Amino acid sequence: MSTFVLLTITGLGLGAMYFLVASGLSLIYGLMGVLNFAHGAFLTVGAYATWFTESKLGGISSVGLRFAVASIIGLAAGALFAAVVELVLIRPLYLRHIEQVLVTVGLSLATIALVQGIWGSDARIYETPAWFHGTTDLAGTHIPNDRWLDIGAAVLVLAGLKVFLRSTRYGLIIRAGVENRAMVTALGIDVRRAFTLVFAIGGVAAALAGILSGVYFTSVDPARGTSLLIFAFIVVVIGGLGSLTGSAVASVVVGLSQQYVNYYSTGLGDLSVVLLLALVLLVRPATLAGRTA
Amino acid sequence: MSVLLEIRDLHVHLGGSHVLQGVGFDVPEGGITALLGRNGVGKTTTLRAVLGLAPRQGSILLGGESIDREQTHRIVGRGLGYVPEDRDVFAGLTVEENLRLAVRNGGARYELVHELFPELRERAAQRAGTLSGGQQQMVAIARALLNPNRLLLIDEPTKGLAPALVSDVAHVLERVAETETALLVEQNLGVVRRLAHTIVVLDQGRVVHTGAAVDLDDEALVHRLLGVGQADGRGLDGARTAEGPASPAPERDA
Amino acid sequence: MTRRSLRFATPIAALVLLAFVPTFGFGLGSLLPGPLSSPGTLQLFAVCLIFAGVALSYDLLFGFTGLLSFGHALYFAAGAYVSDIAVTRWHWSFAAACLVTAAVGLVLPLVVGAISLRTSGIAFAMVTLAFAQAGAILVQKNPRSWTGGDEGLGYDYTRVPAAFVGVFNTRNLYWLALGYAACVVAIVAWAVRSSPGRVWQAIRENERRIEVLGLRTRSYKLLAFVLGSFLATGGGVVYMLTVNGADPSVTTPDFTLTLLVMVVLGGTGTLWGPVIGGALYWYANQRLIAVGGSHAIQSLPGVLRTPLSQPLFVLGTLFILAVFFLPGGLVGLGTRGRAGRAARGSTGPSVEEGA
Repeated sequence: MSTFVLLTITGLGLGAMYFLVASGLSLIYGLMGVLNFAHGAFLTVGAYATWFTESKLGGISSVGLRFAVASIIGLAAGALFAAVVELVLIRPLYLRHIEQVLVTVGLSLATIALVQGIWGSDARIYETPAWFHGTTDLAGTHIPNDRWLDIGAAVLVLAGLKVFLRSTRYGLIIRAGVENRAMVTALGIDVRRAFTLVFAIGGVAAALAGILSGVYFTSVDPARGTSLLIFAFIVVVIGGLGSLTGSAVASVVVGLSQQYVNYYSTGLGDLSVVLLLALVLLVRPATLAGRTA
Repeated sequence: MSVLLEIRDLHVHLGGSHVLQGVGFDVPEGGITALLGRNGVGKTTTLRAVLGLAPRQGSILLGGESIDREQTHRIVGRGLGYVPEDRDVFAGLTVEENLRLAVRNGGARYELVHELFPELRERAAQRAGTLSGGQQQMVAIARALLNPNRLLLIDEPTKGLAPALVSDVAHVLERVAETETALLVEQNLGVVRRLAHTIVVLDQGRVVHTGAAVDLDDEALVHRLLGVGQADGRGLDGARTAEGPASPAPERDA
Repeated sequence: MTRRSLRFATPIAALVLLAFVPTFGFGLGSLLPGPLSSPGTLQLFAVCLIFAGVALSYDLLFGFTGLLSFGHALYFAAGAYVSDIAVTRWHWSFAAACLVTAAVGLVLPLVVGAISLRTSGIAFAMVTLAFAQAGAILVQKNPRSWTGGDEGLGYDYTRVPAAFVGVFNTRNLYWLALGYAACVVAIVAWAVRSSPGRVWQAIRENERRIEVLGLRTRSYKLLAFVLGSFLATGGGVVYMLTVNGADPSVTTPDFTLTLLVMVVLGGTGTLWGPVIGGALYWYANQRLIAVGGSHAIQSLPGVLRTPLSQPLFVLGTLFILAVFFLPGGLVGLGTRGRAGRAARGSTGPSVEEGA
């Protein structure tokens, strides 16, 4: 029983990370039709910016404060990088979706290689507050505290995004644009600003995922972005592109499936998730078809 | 009457077919100009080309200023309202949100819209996707009327509506015609005859007739230009032909 | 008649020239690891040729038929792994191993293609990615120690034709790779000019129109898919021989992405573009590491030195620049005003996002 509880919470924790990456991917694809392969690079940039800042903040004595400050820097780095990418690489290729995908592929290769060049391919250790390494008791099981952090962060981001989408003008534009981008422009709205915003949001969420993964795995390495990105793609496709709630539900499903199947079948968890993706796409190809109302 | 919209030698290629082959006509300031023709001749494509939603070559002047190289949102920002053929209301948004989205630089005429479409005020919080076809049409028209526009581009507003609703829409358009200018694509000749002062007829991507709306009284002319089945005012509903790919339901790319 | 013979003349001449490379004793300075006839250089060239062929097999799908597949690595990896496993783990003869690999090379894409082609556009890309990822995971899991997991599987050299074993026989491997690349070029050239080939290109341009004409586009797409994948499987076998085994780096989605880079850099939808792109990419990947260690680069300031010593950074950046400024790829540089490409001005086919 306690294994089950641990598996569940761990599955939710991983699912939380997938959701954070998937949320940005989903909005970007839903609104812009861009399959953003560079999303893993946003994650990597955020994760490494945090690690790097933390290593330079030796003057601050409290680990918690160091981590908090470094995280903020990391999130800002992710947002900025993503916004710049959109402005410089994506916007000029407006409506040329294949080229946009290709450019994100190139960017992904280049960024990860650059990070590798600067800091090497070995994992870099994250310094994290002691609480993260502790455990809490739940139903007689010791749950590592970082899982709560992951789940809490994902819930906050989901709630925050929902509020943003419901209550702000840009949120309205994005919701409408995900349904029918052309009609939004036909109302006199310059959607391109929404594009940059959505990229920036994706950048922050991905960076957060990167930081959390650094806590979860106690380190970061250049390959982290790509490995999480695959799962995020799976989540986004299963949950329906452009749908935040869909991504949330799908990330829970994927995270849990992965854990359960892995445990009860000697390691086929990853495989099962991938096959789930294929299954969903075949049963429901409209998931990725041209978006209609 | 001065000319508000001047189109010259407009060409549009879509999916390999030459949909508009040198369309040219004027839309005078004030009242309704009707754009007529059988299915697939390029009427919707013409409207979309004016808005920049279809790739175009040629000259389009709005109030003397060239808009044929501008992007859609800029063109619309000059004061264009658009009622698309398939309504294209945002299903996931409420009626109120659909309207709010359309507001440009304040000065929205909510009173006018609520007066013309009282039902929309009642259904303000309802998701547009759950509205009936006729109600969605009202949202689409209301959206275009919200801002004081120089020119309205209206594409088959009565398509698929019950006769009572057709009449309602015609009433609204009559009101609109008093103070605004509109280019109206319409298959229902009864509505056209009642509302428009000028007609432009397209055939196979070209203008084949321009004249006054009274020309529609000439049955031989109507038969020649628009084919059989128009006499009872209901318009031809046939399979989509070359115009099909030009105006599908909400398309990703403009 | 003269135009036709001219079209064949250049490639034939190039083929003959390349065939004689192992006899050339001179070197090209630091551009190559050694003189042209040295095993190091020949192996480098061999892999370049293999990738030239595999890239072209990928372009058959992407550039000619408009199928954006993110799972092409699966078939290349299948070629390498199945032949390796058959020989090394099952102790079959090499001939038998080739037969079973060929069978896999036909059946696997047939099955995966039949399933994947139920979707199109981005959905298709994702399904193919999923299948390739499943393959990669399978390799990593190392069922029954067949695949060697993360470390790869070295081949049992006693069961492989002696002509391909040993450093002295690198030239044979080079010729094998050259033969492979030449075959791929010949087959693809013939296929795209054949009547199904013309349908493929028509599908790329505007699939809906073809369907309206009554052609069952899915069968044609499946044909292209199976042919391209089969050619990639062949490349996998040659690769396995050349690098003495199979390794998991060729199973990753990253690998398919590098195929995409090769094709785009070289020029999509052309015969020679992917060939040049594939060969150049591999060359750059290998030699940039060496050049990166050279004095010229090391003496640059750190800001420039670090990125430039990373091959993937250089290639990724070049790729981005190519997408923007060189839509026709390197091949497009030579032939300005190529009809279809110039008119479209785009890098790839106009893949729609829905069925």
